[in-house]
Amino acid sequence: MRLETFKPSHSSIKRETSKFLVKADEQPMNLLKWARIKSPWILHFNTGGCNGCDIELLAAFTPRFDVERFGILLQGSPRHADILAVTGPVTLQVRERLVRIYEQMPEPKYVLAVGSCACSGAPFKDCYNVVGGVDKVLPVDVYVPGCPPKPEAIIDGIVKLIQKIEGEEAYEKGR
Amino acid sequence: MSYGSTIKVPFGPQHPALKEPEHFLFKIDGDIIVNVKPRIGYNHRGIEKAFERRTYIQNIYLAERICGICSDAHTTCYVQAIEDLLGVEAPPRARYIRVIVAELERIHSHSLWLGIAAHEIGFDTLFMHLWRDREAVMDILELISGNRVHYAMNTIGGVRRDIVSETIPKVIGSLDFLEKRTKYYMKVLRSEPTVLKRTVDIGVLKPEDAVELCAVGPTLRASGVKNDVRRDDPYAAYDEIPFNIVTDDGCDVFSRILVRCGEILESINMIRYALDHMPSGMLRVRVPMVVKPGEAVSRVEAPRGELIHYVKSNGSTRPERYKVRSPTLANIPALCKMLIGQHVADIPIILAGIDPCFACMDRLVFVDVKTNKKKALDFESFRKIVRKRHELL
Repeated sequence: MRLETFKPSHSSIKRETSKFLVKADEQPMNLLKWARIKSPWILHFNTGGCNGCDIELLAAFTPRFDVERFGILLQGSPRHADILAVTGPVTLQVRERLVRIYEQMPEPKYVLAVGSCACSGAPFKDCYNVVGGVDKVLPVDVYVPGCPPKPEAIIDGIVKLIQKIEGEEAYEKGR
Repeated sequence: MSYGSTIKVPFGPQHPALKEPEHFLFKIDGDIIVNVKPRIGYNHRGIEKAFERRTYIQNIYLAERICGICSDAHTTCYVQAIEDLLGVEAPPRARYIRVIVAELERIHSHSLWLGIAAHEIGFDTLFMHLWRDREAVMDILELISGNRVHYAMNTIGGVRRDIVSETIPKVIGSLDFLEKRTKYYMKVLRSEPTVLKRTVDIGVLKPEDAVELCAVGPTLRASGVKNDVRRDDPYAAYDEIPFNIVTDDGCDVFSRILVRCGEILESINMIRYALDHMPSGMLRVRVPMVVKPGEAVSRVEAPRGELIHYVKSNGSTRPERYKVRSPTLANIPALCKMLIGQHVADIPIILAGIDPCFACMDRLVFVDVKTNKKKALDFESFRKIVRKRHELL
C-alpha cells in the first residue's frame, strides 16, 4: 500500500524539495542551507550487500580517511540524517523497509548509492529475490561505483553530493 | 526481580548496532531478556541459484561476493570443492599463498571485529585506534592482491598472483607493527575497567551448550573447546605450518575478545613462517572448463568459523546444485542461548560477540508446513513464488 503511493521519480522529488530551497533574500533559510552544506549527517543502510562496501564506508569515518573532519557524521537514526548512504542490491525483503527509512528522514534528503550493487544490482541483478539497484526504489543523487569503492572514492562521492547541494542553492540564487 | 508481565522489543532491521538488516524480537521482563526470536532473511539474494546459472569460472567472482569480510575464505572453499571434483591439486607455492592471504584476512577481520566490539560497548576511542592500525593490514592486502576487500587471489587450480620477493620486507615490517600494537591492545583490554565491566560474565555460553548448539569458530573456542578446521581437516598448506589453537575458558564476551586477539598474534606468526618457507614453483595448473559429474564438500576455517560449501556437478560447465553453510548461521542458536537472561543494554555487544555476518548467512528453504516436507525447486519456480508473494507478477 505504501509502495503504491510512493512514486520514485527524480522530477516529483525535485518539485517537493524545491519548496524548501532558499530564496537569496530569506535570511533564516540561508542559515539552514549553510548548516546543511557544512555538516551533513549520514545514515548508513545495508540493503542486502556483501559487507564489502559497508566496511569501506565505515573505514572512511576512521582516522586514516576521516570524513568527520568535514563535519560529516555517521548517524544511527533516520530522523537525524541528511544523506542516506545505501550499500548493496535491494532485496525484496528489504525494499519496503528502505522506503520507510527514506520516508522517516526529514526533508531535504539525499541518497548516495555506494558500490556497484547499489548502483545497478551488479552480479545479483538477475537473482530472484533482488529488485536491482537503489534507483529502482528511491531517487539517487550520487552513484559511487566500485566493488567495493575505496574510501577515497566514497569521500569523493560525498564531496560531489555537497557540491550538488551547493549547486542547487546557486541555481536558486540565479533565478 | 520479575514484573510478572513481558513486553516485546523489536530490534532491527535498521539499527545502529546492526550493520546489516536483520530483525530480532526480544521478550523482556523488566530489564531481563526472557526470550528472543530471530527473524533472518532480509539479506537473502538467492545466491545459490545464481551459482547454478553461471559457469565455474564466473562463479569464483560470485563466491567472492557472498561476503565482503571473509571473501577469501569463500573463494578458497569454492575452488577447493571444484578442484576436488576435477581431481587436481594446487601447486605447493599456490597453497602457501592461499594460507598467507587467508591469515591476512583473518587479521583484518578480527581487528575489524575488535573495533566494532569496542564501538558497541561505547568505547569509541579504542574503535578509532583499532581501525587506524587495521589500515596496515589493508595496505598489505592491497600490495599483494591489488584490492582492499575482494582480493580475487584464488582460481581453480591455484592462485592468480604471486607474492614477489620485493614485497616481503614491507609485509614483514607491517606485521611487526601489527604485533606490537595487538600486544598493546591486549594489555589495554585486560586492564581497562570500561571493557571489563561491559564484557566479563556477559553472554555466557557454557562448553556443553556450545557443542550441543553447534557453535563454530572463535565463539566455540572461547568456550574452551579446541576445534579448528585448519587442524582437524587441514587444507591448503596448514598441515605444514605450525600454529596453536587459541582457546579461553571464560565462556563470555571478554574471552571472545581474548581469543580473537590471540588469533591475530597466531596468524602473524603463521604468515612469517609461510613467507620464510614458501616453496618456489608455478602458481596454477590448467584445468578443463567442463567438470565431470559428481559431488564434493569442502571445509574452510573462515575468520568466523567453519565454512562449508557443497557442489554437485552434472558434467556440464555449470554446477547443478550449490550450497553454502556459513559460520554465522551455525552460531545463531548459540546466540539466542547467550541472550536469554541478559540485560537489554548488553544486547548490542552480545549480538556483536559472535561476529555476525548476515550477508553470508541468509539461505532459503521451502517447507510444506502441513506435511513437514522440504521442497527442491529450480530457479524459475523460485522466481515465480517469490515474485508472486511480493505482488510483482
